[in-house]
Amino acid sequence: MNGLIRWHRPELSAWPHFGRLTDLREEIDRLFEAPMAELARTSQLLSGWTPALDMFEDKDNVVVRLEVPGLKKEDIEVSLHDGNLSISGERKYEEKKEEAEVYRAERFFGRFQRTVALPTLVQSDKVKAQYKDGILTVTLPKAEEAKPKHIDVNIN
Amino acid sequence: MKATLQKETRPAQARPVDYVAPEVNIFETGDGYVLEAEMPGVTKEGLEITLEGCEMTIVGNRELAAGPGEVLCRESRDASFRRVFQLDPAIDTARISARVEQGVLTLTLPKSEQVKPRKISVD
Repeated sequence: MNGLIRWHRPELSAWPHFGRLTDLREEIDRLFEAPMAELARTSQLLSGWTPALDMFEDKDNVVVRLEVPGLKKEDIEVSLHDGNLSISGERKYEEKKEEAEVYRAERFFGRFQRTVALPTLVQSDKVKAQYKDGILTVTLPKAEEAKPKHIDVNIN
Repeated sequence: MKATLQKETRPAQARPVDYVAPEVNIFETGDGYVLEAEMPGVTKEGLEITLEGCEMTIVGNRELAAGPGEVLCRESRDASFRRVFQLDPAIDTARISARVEQGVLTLTLPKSEQVKPRKISVD
């Protein structure tokens, strides 16, 4: 079978033959297709709603603020597990407008979820949440052991 | 003139305050238009709706100051909201009503009686 293999001129031997080229094309296809499919499946990046989240910390509390306009209180869920704060909810589309002609539809309807790792231990039984003017504010009092302590040092 | 409600103009460049355009939904029903704008953090007091001819400007001022202590993460913006809409001349501007609920402004823009479709009965 040796005679059927195309003869390469020595100076062109570095040129990739067709087999290799096909491999390369498949590799590129994989690069473009696989991550996109994965993104669409696992993340909300392309289709979801990611409300803006702020987090502040002072001496006594960690405060998390989320911009979620137009929700109902009962459609918001706040949970705490393993030092992570999860806020999820759903904005429901009002059906009465279905017959109307839509001119602009920029608002997102559907579910959202944000999870954030808390910087310190908190007292989970004293967490408070308030929903006002479309902004959810969760106040998490720090656990006693996480608060800064002042220790007087006597130098003799 | 149906499409005129969609037209919008950019906020003037020289304004000292930073504005962002709120996300809106606009519907047309038989009676008029409904406009919903997302303005988290804006209260009734922070709203300014002005009409000039067929141009309606909605401004939602808010003071979304940084929270207490140190900022660990900040995704929200300080900017207030502003957006300008060109109104359909069929809208009865005297009867425009507005309400704000949990950061969503809902404007009801009814059409004037004479442009509403109606049936004329034949005697």
